[in-house]
Amino acid sequence: MVEKIALNFTVNGEHKTVHAWPMARLLDVLREELHLTGTKEGCGEGECGACSVIMNGELVNSCLVPVAQTAGTEIKTIEGLANGDQLHAVQQAFLECGGAQCGICTPGMVLAAISLLERTPHPTEEDIRNGLAGNLCRCTGYMKIFDSVLKAVQP
Amino acid sequence: MQKQLIGQPILRKEGLDKVTGRARYVDDLTFPEMLHGVTVRSPIARGRIRGISFGDGIPWHEFTIVTAKDIPGANCVALILEDQPYLADEIINHPEEPILLLAHSDKYLLEKARRAITFDLEPLPAIFSIEDSLQKTEIIWGKENIFKKFLIEKGDVGAAWSQADFIIEGEYETGAQEQLYIETNGMIAIANPSEGVTVWGSMQCPYYVHKALIKLFGLEPEKIRVVQATTGGGFGGKEEYPSILAGHAALLAWKSGKPVKMIYDRAEDMAATTKRHPSRTRIRTAVTKEGKLLAAEVDFTIDGGAYATLSSVVLSRGTIHAAGPYNWPNVRVHSRAVATNHPPHGAFRGFGAPQSIFAMERHLNKVAQTVGLSPEELRRRNFLKPGETTSTGQVINEKIDLAALLTRALTLSNYYAKKQRFAQFNAETTTEKKGIGFATFMHGAGFTGSGEVYLASVVGAEATETGKVRVLTSNTEIGQGSFTIFSQIAANALGIDVSQIEIAQPDTANVPNSGPTVASRTTMIVGKLVESAALGLKQTLVGSGLLGESYATEEFTTACRDYLAKHGELKSFSKYEPPPGVHWDDEKYQGEAYGTYAWAVYVAEVTVDLTTYEARVDDFVALQEVGKVIHPVLAAGQIEGGVAQAIGYALYENIVWQNGRMINNQMTNYIMPTSADLPPIHVYFEELPYAFGPSGAKGIGELPMDGPAPAILNAIEDAVGSPVNRIPLLPETLMKVMTAGGANG
Repeated sequence: MVEKIALNFTVNGEHKTVHAWPMARLLDVLREELHLTGTKEGCGEGECGACSVIMNGELVNSCLVPVAQTAGTEIKTIEGLANGDQLHAVQQAFLECGGAQCGICTPGMVLAAISLLERTPHPTEEDIRNGLAGNLCRCTGYMKIFDSVLKAVQP
Repeated sequence: MQKQLIGQPILRKEGLDKVTGRARYVDDLTFPEMLHGVTVRSPIARGRIRGISFGDGIPWHEFTIVTAKDIPGANCVALILEDQPYLADEIINHPEEPILLLAHSDKYLLEKARRAITFDLEPLPAIFSIEDSLQKTEIIWGKENIFKKFLIEKGDVGAAWSQADFIIEGEYETGAQEQLYIETNGMIAIANPSEGVTVWGSMQCPYYVHKALIKLFGLEPEKIRVVQATTGGGFGGKEEYPSILAGHAALLAWKSGKPVKMIYDRAEDMAATTKRHPSRTRIRTAVTKEGKLLAAEVDFTIDGGAYATLSSVVLSRGTIHAAGPYNWPNVRVHSRAVATNHPPHGAFRGFGAPQSIFAMERHLNKVAQTVGLSPEELRRRNFLKPGETTSTGQVINEKIDLAALLTRALTLSNYYAKKQRFAQFNAETTTEKKGIGFATFMHGAGFTGSGEVYLASVVGAEATETGKVRVLTSNTEIGQGSFTIFSQIAANALGIDVSQIEIAQPDTANVPNSGPTVASRTTMIVGKLVESAALGLKQTLVGSGLLGESYATEEFTTACRDYLAKHGELKSFSKYEPPPGVHWDDEKYQGEAYGTYAWAVYVAEVTVDLTTYEARVDDFVALQEVGKVIHPVLAAGQIEGGVAQAIGYALYENIVWQNGRMINNQMTNYIMPTSADLPPIHVYFEELPYAFGPSGAKGIGELPMDGPAPAILNAIEDAVGSPVNRIPLLPETLMKVMTAGGANG
């Protein structure tokens, strides 16, 4: 008989303990147990990237991660990016360049952009196109998202 | 002095909440003791319900179960014709039709229960194509499967054929398309006899939901409250469908006495909710050897699915746009929306226009080829000019110069140089072919004909306790930027700082009915009312002596506060009045179909891979005249997003039907463009201020959906030399066309 397990991990720098079914989706644990509703569900099958979070430095689709895999990890969600009122440079750029329209893909897209910039601090447009290809946006046609990423790395 | 706001890219009003993840969408809301709800749907396309069985192993007594018998009011979705039930009672008319609703606090058990319900069904013959519907293979709706017909007549088409040097015919088809907003449909309801019904949800049109719930519950309008939550995209997909989901959630809440949340998963949202109407257009044109268009006969048919929903209105817009921005001395457009056993097709950005414009813009390239003119020269010889009339007899009274617009678009896209370069490339290369093509088109803004008069929209503005101005409309922010635009318009009208403007969240308890958020009407029609409602506040303040004719923001704020202290409240309302000279005859379909049009020329550059037969758009130029641009970043964002959606419509987004059901109802196998698939989209505006729009603005939201598909298929024909007249154009279709035709094959 499967039972709920206790899990320890770090979310946005804070230590958390949750009791969850081992196969519960990280997405649901974040949203329902930890009330971090900034992480969104778009498709539930790892296609759209709306549920993207950064786990141990890697961008993952939290709808595909069983929470049992997160024991001892460090997770970063959209809620952990701004420092008080000070937005992360990528958030600020999305705000200024029109990178967010309806906003539902935005948390995942911002995290995907941050993950891309950590790997490739000075991306070409081609790098950005490929780096964000796992995150779907139906509003912008991506052009303003590309502008946002380029703006975020401007000195 | 207040700095100029119109035309400035101010920060998106709700942008901070969106980039920080703080914006609350319906699935982020929760209420004490809330239950989850699901819908149990028909597995067949058409039939009779004989019984419902509840399987073993489920504690059914813990569940709230709702069928048609539990509906307190009328079992029909109030929209235009009242033919669609909330829950099928006896007859099923399409796959995924809702039959029964379930609620429980445990969503995992709920899913198990949903699967344990089976129906005893007697299948009836069903039809799934426009042809079968027209041939009345089965009569499934009314007397002849027709929801609506229109006829537009201008001049004498019959007399034109004998004067023609060429008579050119063609047939064009477009497929269904999923809106694919990234936030699925969702709703939360609280409902009981003492307090009435309240719903919160993802939607475009709170007052559509309001109207539908009044009928469903048989309650007084004051007992129904509809609140829009932050909405993750709509594109028309949240125009009429939320009325159904709100009703379902409210029925479960009414019976259970608890709050009920219903959120569709992606598969359900794709299989069960509306899509763009598939279409078939036949065009026959009479043309002289000089390339003068003498007459067109257009036969336009759309598949409405199983219920009437909005098909008549979609058909209307498609019918009016069918003749395009050309001066036809004689034109006849016959159109009809037919019934099939697909789930009802519905609103989607463009609303019938992308379908009929696709047909005409492909057809004119065939005409050009037949006559021996270039596609641009043929169009130049026939563009509508000021003083000439559209197919409905509307005189063009704005100073639009389509020939100049075309010249500019061809220059911006470096059309002639590319055309030459591609011809050389194609002669030298055997693995790829390149081509360039364009489309010229227009899109009417606002409701068609007398629609805006019937809507009679009202917008309010009020002073808040802190002396700010709150704008009251039922128009929703769904990503397009309406709250930002309204803020600019109100602040500009009052000459105060934009930070002093608040936009009320649409909530039928607090905002007047300013009409639905559809039809590219929000900025142009509602924005104009925002402007006049705001000016009403100023007038009152000046009249009361609390404010001088010229003032700083702080003085305005102080005047508002002083007025409130004295009089308790300061509100102003403004109601729609049609511009002078706008007349529409609903019987003859003649007159001013729209207050104004946006005009555009789009140019697409493509490469076709001759090994895989994939077509890729390499570059895209979108030039449009849209009146005054209120916010350049939001406006460009609308165009880029629309072009991206339309590239998907043209090349990628294929719905696979099986017995009337969409079977590729996942993001894995329904393919929308990713960031890696799209070309650079270059957006350019021309601005001819429209006298009746706020600061001269026109509507733009739908325009970019109209042009890309024909521009791309014109470019593909330029590349491969074979015409393709059906979208989506998948590689397998292109392979068949090219190998069968022998061209480059």
